[in-house]
Amino acid sequence: MARGRRRVVEKVLVANRGAIARRIVRACNERGIKTVALYSEPDIGAPHLAEASETYPLAGSNAQDTYLNQPKLLQILRATKADSVHPGYGFLAESAEFATAVIEQGAKFIGPDPKWLAQMGDKVAARRLMLTMGFPTFPGSELITDLSQAASEAARIGYPVLVKPTGGGGGMGMERVADVDGLEMALTRAKAIAANAFSSTGIYLEKLVSQPRHIEFQIIGDGRGDAVHAFERECSIQRRNQKLIEESPAPGLAHDEVLAIAEKAAQVCAEIGYDSVGTMETLLSPEGEYGFLEMNTRIQVEHGVTEEVTGIDLVGLQLELSRGAKLPERIDRSGFAIEARIYAEDPESFLPSTGRLSVFRPPVMQDVRIETGYQEGQMISPYYDAMLAKVIAKGHTRALAIGRLLVALKGFEIKGVATNQSLLAQVLASSQFLHGNIDTGFLDRG
Amino acid sequence: MARHDVESEVTGSVWKVLLEVGAKVATGDVILILESMKMEIPVEAPVDGTVAEILVAPEDQVEEDQVVAVVES
Repeated sequence: MARGRRRVVEKVLVANRGAIARRIVRACNERGIKTVALYSEPDIGAPHLAEASETYPLAGSNAQDTYLNQPKLLQILRATKADSVHPGYGFLAESAEFATAVIEQGAKFIGPDPKWLAQMGDKVAARRLMLTMGFPTFPGSELITDLSQAASEAARIGYPVLVKPTGGGGGMGMERVADVDGLEMALTRAKAIAANAFSSTGIYLEKLVSQPRHIEFQIIGDGRGDAVHAFERECSIQRRNQKLIEESPAPGLAHDEVLAIAEKAAQVCAEIGYDSVGTMETLLSPEGEYGFLEMNTRIQVEHGVTEEVTGIDLVGLQLELSRGAKLPERIDRSGFAIEARIYAEDPESFLPSTGRLSVFRPPVMQDVRIETGYQEGQMISPYYDAMLAKVIAKGHTRALAIGRLLVALKGFEIKGVATNQSLLAQVLASSQFLHGNIDTGFLDRG
Repeated sequence: MARHDVESEVTGSVWKVLLEVGAKVATGDVILILESMKMEIPVEAPVDGTVAEILVAPEDQVEEDQVVAVVES
């Protein structure tokens, strides 16, 4: 440490809640870094509050009033004299505005430079960058300005096409269009929606890939021309574009092909100077073609899957990179890891379920890791997403990892809210899943 | 004329009210949309008829089984 230079990442404001807030607190505790944890009114009683060095209340319940309340978070940053902010995922993790404000206050934003949040948050700009860099993309359009341009772009791309908002993500506001009449209707609807929900964003078109798999690549860049990858994750088991089950390695893929895409992803991140952990999401068509979907400029919900097969601590690495550490020289992978997300929702109606966790007993098993931000007795409120826990199992074969996950899901006692445990178990035990015969329509087809 | 209570299936808040009192509805028409756990939950007309009452406004909190509207058939 050079004399006179201010030490950074000695005290981290954790600008999040739930499982990821707890994960960040743990990574900080392991490194002797102090933490400031936040809690809205419904989150009083969350287990990570006792694990953090300091806690700070956020008045209110709605996300807007609490974990999305930038002026309030910046005020807490000043008041607690934290030198860094870790945004986790969701909430403000991809807000260039928030990251910039943090930096302007003299603190470190634990994530990429805000310019990457802005560029990758604009899906058209991100697509254009990947095209320029030679990363595989499916046919798509620039920003749509009028119907005649949209019609000629759609004809060039070939129907069916997807009409997508440039500022979207997680499948929000997407629409499938089969012909030019459908396109006209979709544009009219998109215009109406743009008047409220996507006011700051436009729309663009992308080739609709039927029955794709979702394959994503974990990358880590140092912003100085170097980047590495930590292999792929398979995340095809989704419902309404929300991931339910993730694993690494992806089953049944040609190893050299998937590795080539992973290396290309790392190469692109190195060349553009990307300076943090991130994920390149791709779709894989049944014909074996990969195409860029989006880049997530943050830690992901499913990061634990990669950690279990590579031994890399991705959240710890975020902290260390912010302190100027070098990238790991070599990342190897061994064994199989698979994660299931337990949601507080009815397994048949899929309606969210709120209430008090009268029983919440995660199983304690070898080769099973539980990530949760909840404990017994806590209230599950309607204000935030429905994820109760991530259960990650590993094994030296995929079948063993799946078997362990099934045992863990069965042994995870939860009462007081409905959960999707039975649905997860049904998928994991199905012969289609065991054979790796999966795509993103697996669940929505029923 | 029979009155049919329209109940919320979840605890959450009112995101959007789509119809007004007096609107004609068919079974399954969406009267309003609730938000809970970042999900949109449509509340549908249980029968064919007319919207007689809307008992909530956007941003109101609602409980499971709370009557949020009334449809007359």
